[in-house]
Amino acid sequence: MKKLLTALLFAPLMALASGAAVHLDKAPDVSGDNAALQNGAKLFVNYCLNCHGASFMRYNRLTGIGLTEQQIKDSLLFTADKVGEPMRVAIRPDEAKQWFGATPPDLTLIARARASEAGPGADWLYTYLRSFYRDDKRPTGWNNVVFENVGMPHILWELQGQQVLNHETHKLELAVPGKLSAAEYDKQIADLVGFLVYIGEPVSGLRKQLGIAVLLFLGVLFVVAYALKREYWKDVH
Amino acid sequence: MSKENKVDCGRRRLIVATAAVGGAGAVAALVPFVASMLPSERAKAAGAPVEVDISKLEPGQMMTVEWRGKPVWIINRTKDMLDTLPKLADAVADPKSEKEQQPAYCQNETRSIKPEVLVAVGICTHLGCSPSAKFKHGAEEGMSGDWLGGFLCPCHGSTFDFAGRVYKAKPAPTNLEVPPHMYLSDTRILIGEDKKGA
Amino acid sequence: MAANTNFEKYKSDGSIGGNVLEWVDARFPATSMWKGHLSEYYAPKNFNFWYFFGSLALLVLVLQIVTGIFLVMHFKPDASLNAAGVPVAFASVEYIMRDVPWGWLIRYMHSTGASAFFIVVFLHMFRGMLYGSYRKPRELIWLFGVGIFLCLMGEAFFGYLLPWGQMSFWGAQVIVNLFSAIPLIGPDLSVWLRGDFVVGDATLNRFFSFHVIAMPLVLIGLVAAHILALHEVGSNNPDGVEIKKLKDENGHPLDGIPFHPYYTVKDIVGVVVFLMVFSCVVFFAPEGGGYFLEYNNFIPADPLKTPPHIAPVWYFTPFYSILRAMVWPILGLDAKFWGVVAMGASVVIFAFLPWLDRSPVKSIRYRGPIYKTFLTLFVICFVILGYLGTQPPSYWGEKVSQVCSLIYFGFFLLMPWYSKVDKYTPEPERVTMK
Repeated sequence: MKKLLTALLFAPLMALASGAAVHLDKAPDVSGDNAALQNGAKLFVNYCLNCHGASFMRYNRLTGIGLTEQQIKDSLLFTADKVGEPMRVAIRPDEAKQWFGATPPDLTLIARARASEAGPGADWLYTYLRSFYRDDKRPTGWNNVVFENVGMPHILWELQGQQVLNHETHKLELAVPGKLSAAEYDKQIADLVGFLVYIGEPVSGLRKQLGIAVLLFLGVLFVVAYALKREYWKDVH
Repeated sequence: MSKENKVDCGRRRLIVATAAVGGAGAVAALVPFVASMLPSERAKAAGAPVEVDISKLEPGQMMTVEWRGKPVWIINRTKDMLDTLPKLADAVADPKSEKEQQPAYCQNETRSIKPEVLVAVGICTHLGCSPSAKFKHGAEEGMSGDWLGGFLCPCHGSTFDFAGRVYKAKPAPTNLEVPPHMYLSDTRILIGEDKKGA
Repeated sequence: MAANTNFEKYKSDGSIGGNVLEWVDARFPATSMWKGHLSEYYAPKNFNFWYFFGSLALLVLVLQIVTGIFLVMHFKPDASLNAAGVPVAFASVEYIMRDVPWGWLIRYMHSTGASAFFIVVFLHMFRGMLYGSYRKPRELIWLFGVGIFLCLMGEAFFGYLLPWGQMSFWGAQVIVNLFSAIPLIGPDLSVWLRGDFVVGDATLNRFFSFHVIAMPLVLIGLVAAHILALHEVGSNNPDGVEIKKLKDENGHPLDGIPFHPYYTVKDIVGVVVFLMVFSCVVFFAPEGGGYFLEYNNFIPADPLKTPPHIAPVWYFTPFYSILRAMVWPILGLDAKFWGVVAMGASVVIFAFLPWLDRSPVKSIRYRGPIYKTFLTLFVICFVILGYLGTQPPSYWGEKVSQVCSLIYFGFFLLMPWYSKVDKYTPEPERVTMK
């Protein structure tokens, strides 16, 4: 009786749950790979920071991906004077709004904000940055499969080349090759996305390590506390 | 009786063990809370060492820069100013700068690395007002006739000489603080950090 | 037994500590409180798993207050934009997460603690329903408890606005607009609540005030009343029998054991297990799969752009589903109004349980199949409503939530009938240790 009712009630739910989902490519996990993250940092500073800030991220926090303060000063510090300052955007927000119609969003938390039921934010970013195609109807000349009518032009087109959308197969095809092969380009994007994930929560590595220590400690505490409880409860019959 | 004692013993051991492990955990759990009240990364960034260019600082002039929210004076002292210092050995409270108000490399008569350039935190050691410059000899700036030049704190009247040494019998207990600093070049000073990494 | 204040005053053994204690005890009911509420508060010896959640709720309350105190040191309830064009409140949360030493841990403990509070309280309430803990003579404990739950919902709602992200903003916008459904005064009322024509800086500031001062004060008062009332009448137990009926020669219940040390050592084990689960979330999944910290809340509040899909935080969704299930205008009043009424009723109706239940026995162990079926259905519907509340509106979702809402209210409103006609087995004299 109970089971039947449960089944009856859950049947429509199953139907609800199987909605159409956007297909996202899985972003390679580069967390902990300092060489990849440093490459991502370089790409970010060179290509993204012109229009997008990472205003909650201090430059000196990049020591977390294996850079020294001197290295940060020498090769990444373009939009601030001191390594303790945040990664501010290069252009003024009001100018950016004039150019793009909207202020380009701050990217510090983009990897966390873009997470959804379809997958982690990294997957969305990884797919998005590889899904630009030529579209003459757009003011920038670019459109995106993942983000329809996106305001941002394809900043990395020289690396990737130019894709077009085949309207019959709904697949992207490379029309003009870029400086990099598809595999090389994917690797660059993986590094950049890895960096965006890193700045989303720079403490995540420490967080997980500490978590293991805390759980081990609680395990020990559980053993003694449980022994103490057993000892007392011997009296209770 | 003896059996009960045994039980109590085991019980006591377990209580001690649980209290010790739990107590250690509680203390460890306190750390993040206590530490969260320390200066944040923002405060540290704002309090980061400050680079100052003193190439335009003429002899006899003084400039003020902000370091950790406090005024730091840099004074390019003339020979006249420096000559007043030995004369005041008896008038100031701590002529040899024995109290730790300066890094070891500034514990000298001029309280500085280069004799002419004084770097000092412009905060009176009494209650934290910022003294004003009274560089002229004598009564011209409202000081007494035998005034040799230095600083006067407007709040409670403490007076300091050209090395930031406090005069005797004044409310301020110690000389002005000399912050850690170092020369990056002949005319560039880094305030807030020295070679020892202070 | 409980709440007895006539314990003998402490007599010093001559040591310094003893003298101090005697001095204090002569002026303050230290011994009385210790004995009355702990060492000589006799609790039934047959508490099971479900009885951990009361003390755990108290633990989470303390955790939320302590972490909250430290968060307030760094948080700024300010909706204006900073130099980087980000609302100050939103930026101050990221400041806590990045710049304040260990701030991330304190914040994650607080955000996870909010969800943990509801999980623990839901289980605690379910325990009461399983074993009839709300029945005479514990009606007042239950009423204080419902008060705590209402306060907790308010506390959580006010707190959720503070990070000033997209979900904070639009969630508050929607909930405050519920009040505009009230006939005549509604629209003015919602403006008054916001202090502005949209959710804005004024709203943020008053919600901050409610969240850190008003609600916690009321909450602590209600918790004290809840515990005092409990210790006055004594705890119920999984058998639903009154242990006070049978006492030994010292006047202690035969089936009772002193709360301290027996239940203190037992609850410590419960606390440790809880902290393990809690730590797993805090350290390995602080976003709770997007349920504890919603993804859209990592985007600063933007009054000009509603996120494509907004849903309340998971612990409000069962009640939110009931709100959405009401789609018919009745008596000339629109569906929106009745949705609000239904949602409010779905929470407040818990308060009437002590008087709706007419069963001769308290515990589910001795109740008949009808009650068991109704309670099972209620739980299933509660979970389904909760799930549907997280989903975007849909045709089937609406139908299912209407059926579930009906069963939800049926559980309460039909109770006077089915609890009376249901079969039951007589309660035992003494508690059982299963």
